[in-house]
Amino acid sequence: MNNWTDILSLDEIPPLGARVVRHGTLDIAVFRTADDAVFALEDRCPHKGGPLSQGIVHGRRVACPMHNWNIELDSGCAVAPDHGCAREFPVRLENGRVWIDFALAGAVPA
Amino acid sequence: MDMSTPMGRGPKMKLVMVGNGMAGVRTLEELLKLAPDLYDITVFGAEPHPNYNRILLSPVLAGEQTVDDIVLNPLDWYAAHGITLHLGKKVTKIDRSARSVEADDGTRADYDRLLLATGSKPFILPVPGADLEGVISFRDIADVDAMIRAASRHRHAVVIGGGLLGLEAAHGLMKRGMDVSVVHIGPWLMERQLDEPAARLLQKSLEEKGMRFLLQKQTAELLKGGGGRVAAIKFKDGEVIPADLVVMAVGIRPDTALAESAGLHCHRGIVVDDTLQTFDPRIYAIGECAAHRGVAYGLVAPLFEQAKVCANHLAHYGIGRYQGSVTSTKLKVTGIDLFSAGDFTGGEGTESILYSDPVGGVYKKLVLKDNRLVGGVMVGDTVDGAWYFSLLRDGKDVSALRDHLMFGQDHCGNLGHQGINKAASMTDDMEVCGCNGVCKGDIVKAIREKGLFTLEDVRKHTKASSSCGSCTGLVEQILAVTAGGDYSAAPKQKSVCGCTDHTHEAVREAIRQNKLLTIPQVMAFMEWRTPNGCASCRPALNYYLISTWPGEAEDDPQSRFINERAHANIQKDGSYSVIPRMWGGQTTPAELRRIADVAEKYAIPSVKVTGGQRIDLLGVKKEDLPKVWADLDMPSGHAYGKALRTVKTCVGSEWCRFGTQDSTRMGIDLEKVFFKMWAPHKVKLAVSGCPRNCAEVAIKDVGIIGVDSGWEIYVGGNGGIKTEVAQFLVKVKTPDEVLEYSGAFLQLYREEARYLDRTVHYLERVGLDTVKKKIVDDADNRRALYERLLFALSVERDPWVERAREGKQKHEFETVAA
Repeated sequence: MNNWTDILSLDEIPPLGARVVRHGTLDIAVFRTADDAVFALEDRCPHKGGPLSQGIVHGRRVACPMHNWNIELDSGCAVAPDHGCAREFPVRLENGRVWIDFALAGAVPA
Repeated sequence: MDMSTPMGRGPKMKLVMVGNGMAGVRTLEELLKLAPDLYDITVFGAEPHPNYNRILLSPVLAGEQTVDDIVLNPLDWYAAHGITLHLGKKVTKIDRSARSVEADDGTRADYDRLLLATGSKPFILPVPGADLEGVISFRDIADVDAMIRAASRHRHAVVIGGGLLGLEAAHGLMKRGMDVSVVHIGPWLMERQLDEPAARLLQKSLEEKGMRFLLQKQTAELLKGGGGRVAAIKFKDGEVIPADLVVMAVGIRPDTALAESAGLHCHRGIVVDDTLQTFDPRIYAIGECAAHRGVAYGLVAPLFEQAKVCANHLAHYGIGRYQGSVTSTKLKVTGIDLFSAGDFTGGEGTESILYSDPVGGVYKKLVLKDNRLVGGVMVGDTVDGAWYFSLLRDGKDVSALRDHLMFGQDHCGNLGHQGINKAASMTDDMEVCGCNGVCKGDIVKAIREKGLFTLEDVRKHTKASSSCGSCTGLVEQILAVTAGGDYSAAPKQKSVCGCTDHTHEAVREAIRQNKLLTIPQVMAFMEWRTPNGCASCRPALNYYLISTWPGEAEDDPQSRFINERAHANIQKDGSYSVIPRMWGGQTTPAELRRIADVAEKYAIPSVKVTGGQRIDLLGVKKEDLPKVWADLDMPSGHAYGKALRTVKTCVGSEWCRFGTQDSTRMGIDLEKVFFKMWAPHKVKLAVSGCPRNCAEVAIKDVGIIGVDSGWEIYVGGNGGIKTEVAQFLVKVKTPDEVLEYSGAFLQLYREEARYLDRTVHYLERVGLDTVKKKIVDDADNRRALYERLLFALSVERDPWVERAREGKQKHEFETVAA
């Protein structure tokens, strides 16, 4: 079952930046690219758990602030030759508002 | 619907490649990275094998590796990328008007773009008997098979040609149990890579291993024995020696037959321009068959540089030019160490440094021109080859190292990481990269299994040398030993990152000349390949903009690393550390009380005294940062930034019985003037009040020592990854002069260094003399530099005050609850 929630306005995320959304004990990084696409990933790098929200966003990727792994925003997966994925959350943009589906937030990470 | 064809773009273009060797396939790999769906690709290879590492034929011949070990792209690689592969088919015709090629078995393929990668052919001496059975060259797997077969049945091998390839063939055949003689027309071996003394020493070592040499001998005829096989070789002077196997290794020629038959302009190779295009714009040529500015390269690293450029143009990006390469040579003969690079003969305007120990079997020669290394030869001790090569390639000013240059990197005042710089003597379980915990065995395995050739590849796959970089030399040596040959002839000029081919210098110049004020402007002006750069170039561009146009260019927080965006240091658990500024390391009871109160109020778990005479509060939650700064009410320490960090001082003449100057006051003055200074990397200062030097000025970017008659200024010291002792810049009389000279030096560094270069790297590149000319000798320039620094600092504000008191960048510190 879906659990779509209105989170924040797109304007509250800097272009090429991110905001941290706290859902219970879970931190989710919500990214905004230069062309205003929005992505939501668990705020944990698959490498050593670095907070992806604090990284530099470029193209459709974010560079983890800890050891500079590059993570694809649309899949949450590390760019080869690194491997591993951060959990992604369904996200959509409606009339300038960002919505996230928390249906899977409680699930055990794959 | 065919999903591989992007909608609306019509059918894919056709790319045909003739030749299935290392340079060509590398071009395809680069192309597939850039534009995976642009072409339908067809490859013709005359050999029945997929792409293999031709450099490693010598170890295969010597029995140290197998053919399977050296395959780079197995057949499933071609399948996975949808490449049509025709093995064992030699293309014999190009029809340029119909745009098609045809192979010897009649197979045809049409092209929109044709890539010629036909490589080279061995030169066969035109002597009677050259076509006998048992006369071969040393070029491909078939030759190696023939040699291995001959070694199991025959005894006498003669290798004609005492160059790199000939000696490797001779060594391999000897290891296979044959009696080997090397015939060479020249007065000494490898005359293109070695001078006479080096060659004599090499010859002696090989003779000790059992190889025989016939120098200055010209082959007249190859004589037939029973059964039609070669049996002996006869020289022009009449001498005859037995030979059951003759290997011709007298040189290679670019294989241009196909190109010439199609009417393409050839001169010592298929002539190409800087984009690897031939005279027919639809046809590119790359690798050993191509002549670029009159040179046909035969080493792998230059060919890979060509591959990168060629792929870029095939992908329609149209960026990048190949401008030639510097190359080096290493002989792959077990137990013989030999290295040669650049112009080793010397000549007008050059100077040579020689070291010769014939008994110990060591010979080294370094050739210098205008205080830069331009070439070198080493036999017997090549441990420092990679280091010399990097000095040569980067054109570094070596005047400061000159006295010790010959004795290698160990003797040049550097306390390298762990002090190890001998990759060959390391065991597999020894750690190479201390930052990422990578052992030698991991690197060797990755190089072998993934077919890596460049430092960049090894960094990506293993992470070795990708953090602090102190093990780069070691990794390069391991590459040289494992991948063989000339692994790392990097481009002469270093581009900012993969998003552009422009150098740091070119970017800075464009920003200055054209008054570019934002990152998008720079990227548009300089035709960046990526829409908004990457985590390497954006911080560099941001720094170049704000340092070139202070007050006018916009400082972009999204292009700063998190530490400089949050104005605190991120820790491994995602919390932050806060280091308030304590001018010159001095504090007061009131400040200490506030620090104690803040630590308790915000439950900060760790409080530590730093090496820079300040106090570090570790484990602060990001959302608490603005409140912590407000309560501390102290200036930002910039411990998180590429900026002025600390100014360390001793107590000086105010208290110390040895003190000659008031070093604390001087330190505080320096820190107050340079406060808020952004720089290419972190900047640390220190001031000592007497030559006992309690403030450790010798390892600071700018270090000041007070003496009875004034102040001595030292620059370019570093206590980090590699210990570097600061160099004496000048001695001055007054505190005002200390400020002006130090400020002028720092501004010069700010204006001229590449982003992420410390002062020591900057000095290594330009040389202390250049800096002295601009700062010590030229008073007007010095004052102008200092003025520019003061102006840049006048527009900066304390980032903690802005965020704690004025709500700047508020969103950075707020979490959204949901």
